[in-house]
Formats: sequence, C-alpha cells, structure tokens
Amino acid sequence: MSKILIVAEHADDVLNPSTAKCVACASEIPDAEIHVVVVAANASPIAAEAASLTSVTQVLCIDNPLNVSQLAAIVAPQVVAMAEGYSHIFGPSTTFGRDLMPRVAALLGVNQVSDIMEVLGSHSFKRPVYAGNAIVTVEAPANLPLVATVRVASYRSVPDGGNATINSIEVESQSPEHTRLIELQAGKSDRPDLQTAAKVVAGGRALGSEEKFQLIFQLADTLGAGVGATRAAVDAGYVPNELQVGQTGKIIAPELYVAIGISGAIQHLTGIKDAGTIVAINKDPDAPIFEVADIGLVGDLFAIIPELQAALSG
Amino acid sequence: MDKILVGLKRVVDYNVRVRVRSDGSGVETDGVKMSINPFDEIALEEALRIKERGDANEVIVVSIGSGDSQQQLRTGLAMGADRAILVETSDRVDALTGARIFHKLIDRENPDLVILGKQAIDDDNSQTGQMLAAIWERPQATFASTLVIDGSKATVTREVDVGLEIIEIDLPAVVTVDLRMNDPRYVKLPDIMKAKKKPLEQIPLAELNIEKAVAISQVKFEPPTERAKGVMVEDVAGLVATLKDKGLI
Repeated sequence: MSKILIVAEHADDVLNPSTAKCVACASEIPDAEIHVVVVAANASPIAAEAASLTSVTQVLCIDNPLNVSQLAAIVAPQVVAMAEGYSHIFGPSTTFGRDLMPRVAALLGVNQVSDIMEVLGSHSFKRPVYAGNAIVTVEAPANLPLVATVRVASYRSVPDGGNATINSIEVESQSPEHTRLIELQAGKSDRPDLQTAAKVVAGGRALGSEEKFQLIFQLADTLGAGVGATRAAVDAGYVPNELQVGQTGKIIAPELYVAIGISGAIQHLTGIKDAGTIVAINKDPDAPIFEVADIGLVGDLFAIIPELQAALSG
Repeated sequence: MDKILVGLKRVVDYNVRVRVRSDGSGVETDGVKMSINPFDEIALEEALRIKERGDANEVIVVSIGSGDSQQQLRTGLAMGADRAILVETSDRVDALTGARIFHKLIDRENPDLVILGKQAIDDDNSQTGQMLAAIWERPQATFASTLVIDGSKATVTREVDVGLEIIEIDLPAVVTVDLRMNDPRYVKLPDIMKAKKKPLEQIPLAELNIEKAVAISQVKFEPPTERAKGVMVEDVAGLVATLKDKGLI
C-alpha cells in the first residue's frame, strides 16, 4: 500500500487549486491512502478546505506564526519532520512546489521526480523533458521515500465531497534566520487566474505596446477569460511576469486558448499543449502556432480583435 | 566578497528541434549543436557583472560531465570567468549527486555565492540549486530576476506565480536565476584567444569521494502525442461559428 503525503499550497488562508490537482494525481496510484499537510500560520480554514477534497482521508495541520512566510527554508524542515511513514511526498509544480520539494528531497537524501504528468504505477511515471519535446518514463527506487512534483496542467482538480479528519501536529521548527521575506508583490486582478481559468486570451510581441495590449485584456473580459502572454511580450514590458506562459512561465490547460499575435516558439507551445482548443490569430500564415492550432485565422490582429469583440458582444 | 561559483551545464542548444531516438533510449545528440544551458549563461553574466562592479574578486565556472564540457567552460572563460573546474564523468549525474559534487567543491573553494540556472533545458528538473542549498544548510533564492549584493547580505527579487517576491538572504547562499535577470554578453574573438590561457582544472569524479545518490531511472523516451490537425477559417464570422459549434462561446 502507498501512503501519500501532499504538501498543501495556500495563500491568504485559502487553499490553492494546485493541491486538489496533486490529490487527483495521487489518487491514480493504486491502493493509496492520501493525507494532506497544511504548514501555515492559521491552518484551520485551509485544513477545512483540504478535508473536503475527495480521496483525502486525513489532514494534518502544523500551525506556527513563522509560517506566515512560505519560504522553502522554513517549510521544508517541517515537511521532513512529518515524512516518517510515508512512501510518497507530493507537491505541485508551481513556483511554490518547485522551490520547496527539491529541498525536502535533499534533506531526505533522495532524488526527486519533477512534473509527473501520468501515473503508470506506484513508482513509475511519465514526465516531460526538453520543453515537452520528449516524454520520459521514469522509475523511482521502491525502497526509498518518493518525493515528486505534480504537473498541475495534467490533472483536473478532484471534486469536493470528502470528509477527512483534521489533526493538529506539533513539530519542532526553528526559523532559519538566514532567509527573510521582505515583500510579496502580487499582481491584483479580478480576472480569472491564469493557471485555473477555463478560457485564456494571450498576446505576443505583435501587440506592439503596453497600451495596445489592452485589446487583449478587453477581449478576455468579454469572454470571461484569464490573460496570458509570451516571454517576448513580458520582456518588452507590456505585461508583468506572472502572465508569462511557456517552459519558463506557467504551464496551463484551459478549455480554450486564444493566441493573438503569437508566432509559437517551442518554449511557448510547451506551456499550452494541454489546452482543449487552441485558436491562433496571426498575420503570418507560416507561423508555427498554426501547426498546433485547432482553429486558425490569418490576418491583422488590429482589425480582427475589434470585429471579434463586436461579434461576441452582439 | 571573494569568490563566486557558477555552474555551466552542456545541453542541446535551445534552437535545436529535439528528436527522440527511434529505439527510445534518449534524444538524438549526434551532430547536434551543444551549448551552455541558457539559464547558466545568465548566471555567469550576473557573476561577471558583480565582479566588474568590484563586489567580487574571482568567478569560477564549474561543469560536471564528459571531456566535451570543456567547450562550454572555455566559452565561460571567454565571457570573463577567471578559471574553470570540470568534474569529469561519462555517467549521467542525477540532481542530488550533482548537488553533492557542488557541495564538495564549496568545501574546497569557500565561495560567498553560488549562482546557477533555475533549470537545465534538457531534463527540465529544476532541482540542483535547491538541493545544494539544503545540504549546505544555506539560503536559497530561486527563480531570481534581480540580485543586489550588500556586504554579507543579498536582496533577491524572485519571479513567483502570483508576481514578485523580494527576500533578503545572508551570504553564502545559492541563487538560481530566471531569464529576465540580464542579457548575457557576446564573446569576442580576442577573448576566446585569452581564454585558452586561463586555468581549466579537470578532476575525475571518483577522486572527489562523493556518495552517489540513487538515481531515478529513465526507462524509455517517446515523442509527445501530436495534436490533431486543425482547421483554418476565413474570417471572424467563421471563427465565431466554429467556436459556437464546439460550445466554447
């Protein structure tokens, strides 16, 4: 039997949807008992959310004021203190999980499986390499704790409906004084979150300026969509970094992805491969984005967007 | 500070369209252009800028791999690194063993700062820096887009999912860099000539007495599933109709 511990991701007392996706991955492992650990300064509201996730049987809370900061140096030792008895320890492949989980793995003296996209067995998985241009089947040693991150774009959140028990745990933890959180500058937006939005409208460098990128925001608002961007658009300063989609940005899997003025560099395409339907609008008929698009439209985006806007509003 | 250690990994160039070998044993590397991992190049550029500002005395580039990695180290020396260390092995080195190798070199060199790329674009693991920080029991600042050194401290801006996170860390520490930190310089011909005279030390891995970690084994490589061929529409009306058909709007 596998006993799986999932490290909850949260902010502002709310559970991040990445946790429910980790649970979805873990529940594909045969004969698994799934627990969630909430390392937080105020764990109870987060624990209540985690306890309602289908397949979770136990939620463990580590409450400590120092957990206001979710820095890896602070969280990792607490996870490690809990690790005894678990065959698997999972976290999400978000920046939180990618920062934290290798530190957990190293403290446990094991390697890590990054970005699980498919479960083949309790210790056998598929994961993408080379920006998704190859998929490798990996096998982790069965006699060691298995630390992994789950590629969140590959999984749909498990629904609510669980009724796990919630237990408080005391672990000895010291604040590592060598690392101090100064400030978190979170982008404020009322739009759907890029990583969980069902629809995403994204723009590239062809938009030409921060002002003109507003066209993308307006179209997104009409569609009730989140907004994404290419690295080039972020580098050019049209939008902040948290909107970047791709190998080094966010890997997303919306039902609808509308790529506007995006040529389709490999590094960008790797971020949208799991999208349900990809729409590409680009003036260059040879742009690589059309190779992966389900619906393609060649033309000038500055003419097309207002027309599309009108058609959708009408 | 005195020394900065920078890791340079030899990887398939980012412009190469990677192909999986027909026997599934890996990806095609014969005759394929190899380069410094782009994130590592940014790490080196940052180290060189710190040195050029007068905040460090020496930049040491390190690679782990076969003798071929000398090429990437020479490029690093041509960019401006002072000396290079190649830990030589023909075996695949897993992330934890890699971190242990860096840890061993840290014992020897006592750097004040280790700068690495946030991930290598071949295995896309994003692990080595975090693992090194854990076993070295020092701070980690991953996915960094700015790095400001202030005596024995550094302020780092990290690119995280919700935006930017600013942290302060005591040195020594491990920083892993993201794409927007800087634009690496181009190497000029005279620098390539000069780099040939710079020291490049080769250490067989066995000589370091590293306890090898148990690797995650790579059983089989395959190409990703292709998306089904799409349709082209003529105009906005066609696009809207197709989206309606699919129930997406």
